[in-house]
Amino acid sequence: MSTTVVNTGTEGKTWGGANQPLKASYGKMMMWFFIVSDALTFSGFLAAYGFSRFKFIDSWPIADEVFTHVPFLHGQELPMIYVAFMTFVLIMSSVTMVLAVDAGHHLNKAKVTLYMFLTIIGGLIFVGSQAWEWATFIKGDYGAVQTKGGNILQFVDTDGHRVALRDFVTAGPKARTEHERKSGLWFVSEGTLPTYTVEEVVAGLESHDNVLVRTQIINEHGEKTVLSRGESLKVLKDNGKLVVEGANLQVNEYGSPLFADFFFFITGFHGFHVFSGVVINIIIFFNVVLGTYERRKSYEMVEKVGLYWHFVDLVWVFVFTFFYLV
Amino acid sequence: MAHAHKLEILRGLIKFKSNTQKIWGVLILLTIVTAVEVGLGIVKPEWSMIKVLGMKLLNWIFIILTVVKAYYITWDFMHMRDETKGLRRAVVWTSIFLILYLIFILLQEGGYVFNVYSDGFVKRDF
Repeated sequence: MSTTVVNTGTEGKTWGGANQPLKASYGKMMMWFFIVSDALTFSGFLAAYGFSRFKFIDSWPIADEVFTHVPFLHGQELPMIYVAFMTFVLIMSSVTMVLAVDAGHHLNKAKVTLYMFLTIIGGLIFVGSQAWEWATFIKGDYGAVQTKGGNILQFVDTDGHRVALRDFVTAGPKARTEHERKSGLWFVSEGTLPTYTVEEVVAGLESHDNVLVRTQIINEHGEKTVLSRGESLKVLKDNGKLVVEGANLQVNEYGSPLFADFFFFITGFHGFHVFSGVVINIIIFFNVVLGTYERRKSYEMVEKVGLYWHFVDLVWVFVFTFFYLV
Repeated sequence: MAHAHKLEILRGLIKFKSNTQKIWGVLILLTIVTAVEVGLGIVKPEWSMIKVLGMKLLNWIFIILTVVKAYYITWDFMHMRDETKGLRRAVVWTSIFLILYLIFILLQEGGYVFNVYSDGFVKRDF
């Protein structure tokens, strides 16, 4: 069949096929492009956070007043310390991951196993820390009053230190109990009722001369504005609407509810990535232990999940900056 | 490729003997940068409160240090340093261009909405 072209005459030339211009395997390259798309998703979230922050630039919560807690150290104001620890744990687990990849290049099964194990432990410590951070954030600390316009009024003493609602408000007898499904309409439920009513907070403020109201507005020194005694009482009586303790998707005692929404969404999405990274690491760990890659004479799978794991670390570096530092 | 690692960082200022040594070196670098960030974040020095291009100098320092960290994570932990130029550019330039574009648009818009709230007729402080 002399008319059939069996030979293109381009063998060995650039477009003749079997050429690998990027010198990377298919799987590794696809992991890279997945990471690009995931990076764009995360930057979409962070840019949306930036949008909302620029929109409320003069009233956004100050992060190091929000995240001041460290486990086992109750009542101490240690801004940033715990998040710095979490960042270090994640970077450290990135290091053990890259050491596992390196050991894989030397086909050293024992070392890959050890380093993969340490990486998984690091990931679990991080996810656990994040869960604790969420719990602390949801539970809240000082409590605040939300105004009719949705702004948050916090309480400080004359030295500017925060005062918790429990320190100056006395809870009176409850006018109503929390509605539960079993005690009325079965298809209607409501969240936990606040410990205090706005009237009780007003009464508490009236009886404590040293307590002042602090608004969300950031003054020229970069601090939240503290109102005078007269203004404090006026603004609380005129505008106070709801007692807020802790944070959820609707209300947030630390300031703008958007802050809590973005916190839950972005750190949640990142935490989900860490969690799935841990799961994938565990799968690969067992493959290593079973000797799959030993028989394959290539530990490239470790390298691929390594890329994903480092990406999770990379995202956290940005989340850390934009949520906790800037 | 898998075994040929480039073993110098900071434009050849620091050279490492082995890949493992380089990993620990990069860890030390990243730890120092994080420590500086946290330190600055707690102290908030007075000189860093001046405004540069509409943002506090301190915030610019944070962002630059973050990009530095991101660079070392990508280049040394993810071995971008050892990949071909083509792959590196396809991944890095694409992301950087799209992200900068998105950030510019959204921050610009956010600032505009802030101005409408503060100078316009929309009242939200009640």
